[in-house]
Amino acid sequence: MKLRPSAFWVCAAAVLAGGLALTEVLNNDYYFNALYVILQGMLMAVAWNILGGFTGYVNFGSAAFFAVGAYTSIFLDKYFGHVLPLPVLIAAAAAVCALIGLAVGYLSLRLKGVYFSIATLAMAIVFATLISNWRYMGGARGAYILTPDKHLWFHSYIQMLFMAMLLLTVAAVAISRSLVASRLGRGLAAIRDDEVAAECAGVPTLRLKLVSTTVMGALMGVAGAPYPFFVTFVDPSSAFSLFVAVNAIAMPMIGGTAHWLGPVIGALLVGGAQQVITVTVSSELNILFVGLMLVIFVSVAPQGIVGLAQKFWARRRAP
Amino acid sequence: MLSVDLLSNALVAGLLLGGFYAAVSIGLAISFGQLDIVNIAHPAFVVVGSYVAWILNSRFGLDPVLVGLLAAPLFFAAGVAIYRIYYAAFERTGQESLSGLAFFFGLMFIVEVGLMLAYGVDYRLVSAGYIGKSFNLGPVGLPLRLVVPFVAALALTGGIWLYLARTFTGRAILAVAQDPLALQLMGADPVRVKQFAFGLATATTALAGALLIVIGPVEPSVGREYIGRVFAIVVLGGMGSIGGMFVAALLLGIVESVVSTFAGPSWAPAVAFGVLLLTLALRPAGLFGRR
Repeated sequence: MKLRPSAFWVCAAAVLAGGLALTEVLNNDYYFNALYVILQGMLMAVAWNILGGFTGYVNFGSAAFFAVGAYTSIFLDKYFGHVLPLPVLIAAAAAVCALIGLAVGYLSLRLKGVYFSIATLAMAIVFATLISNWRYMGGARGAYILTPDKHLWFHSYIQMLFMAMLLLTVAAVAISRSLVASRLGRGLAAIRDDEVAAECAGVPTLRLKLVSTTVMGALMGVAGAPYPFFVTFVDPSSAFSLFVAVNAIAMPMIGGTAHWLGPVIGALLVGGAQQVITVTVSSELNILFVGLMLVIFVSVAPQGIVGLAQKFWARRRAP
Repeated sequence: MLSVDLLSNALVAGLLLGGFYAAVSIGLAISFGQLDIVNIAHPAFVVVGSYVAWILNSRFGLDPVLVGLLAAPLFFAAGVAIYRIYYAAFERTGQESLSGLAFFFGLMFIVEVGLMLAYGVDYRLVSAGYIGKSFNLGPVGLPLRLVVPFVAALALTGGIWLYLARTFTGRAILAVAQDPLALQLMGADPVRVKQFAFGLATATTALAGALLIVIGPVEPSVGREYIGRVFAIVVLGGMGSIGGMFVAALLLGIVESVVSTFAGPSWAPAVAFGVLLLTLALRPAGLFGRR
């Protein structure tokens, strides 16, 4: 499972080139819609895993970061009269959500384990209530966004969004991979295994937790920022949907939380299956599917697919 | 003008609502407060209770509260089954924190979507003689659809409190919360005690669900709003304490009712979570905590 740095970057470049090639070859926008949703899920899953998988703090409030990212774009877009380019909106959303992530990190100073998880869930509802009562952002009725006419050299706007999301997701995977491989990542793993012991051994637990919650928040904000342009209508119940939160948890748990590859595999599998189920059966059934997969995996294979694969290889190597 | 009538009505309605919140939270006070099982799916079970009441009420015209009592043994059995799975998959291997949370999170989704697929997303309501009637005490109106759940909740909470304090098995549940190893040395099996207690906690959701649908119409995702309330109440009440939980439930009911009367109902959901965040940040042991 070890990938040399050069090999990783070659893979990343190949994925991006593949994405570009797709925009030339395929001209059915439906496929880009579906791929965008899968990539958005993957970005959220990778972000969730930076805190949940590496340090063991379960964040139930992913939807709050996502929605704050989306609403940051809506606000800036509306305030400056629809002139700001997408990268600026994404950067702003990342900054806002990084700050919220930092605050959540300080929360972890007092709240461990379960209490931290419940507090993040509570935070999501508080944000949802604030935005539902904020008239400027459309309140509970929601806000409409106009899709800009320009889309660089792409054939349609959704193709450009897809490419942007692909680039962001690859970047997030690279960040997550370098985090887990670094000294910092070993510190995070020490926190996951035993926070008190880590603290005693001189691991700067608070600083590490702050780094990981801030990066997580920023990446989730990034995932949410292009969302308004993707759906063109955002209301609190869709932006703060628990479905976003459950996907962000289920994908890494199914793929395997300890490895950076886990959320990627989980997202491909779950996200792909969701698209197929939504088209062939119904969208309710796809939520049921995620719930069932999550329950089955955490009960039977808590290490996820990556864990199963590692076990399989270890057994083959040493018979 | 801040009218006295409005305030006293809000206070009384909040008190009645708070009593009902105690009925919803008591199961969690046992499972989370005593057994340290983070049952996020608890409110989803309550909604299942509502649907059972709705089905039997609309088919056979049974009184919803009676249905709640009749369904309780079935819910007890379901709770025991869920605990068996939870124990075998997580508690025995010591993975209850992260994986256990995810397990109940997934379970919540399965229950919610299962109800959605089976009965749709429409609001369901029950009919009984007392729903829609009310009587007045001076300027204060007492709608019976709130009074009946309040009385039932009072009976339920009092009954559970007496049971835990006075009976042999009740005290065993308190003991397993304090020190499972010591209980084992006394010759009792902690797993069986916990299994019974979790069954009891789930059984209370049958009645709580019936009360929920007496108060107002119910749809499958209504449980989500209660996640914050029940956890806020149990944490604020000080985890293990049933009396503390009851006081916290009344407090939350009153604050929520006053906020939604004077600031608008759209602010009410934030109250519970705000209270929860403040409690966790300032006084994690709750009002009547053990620590």
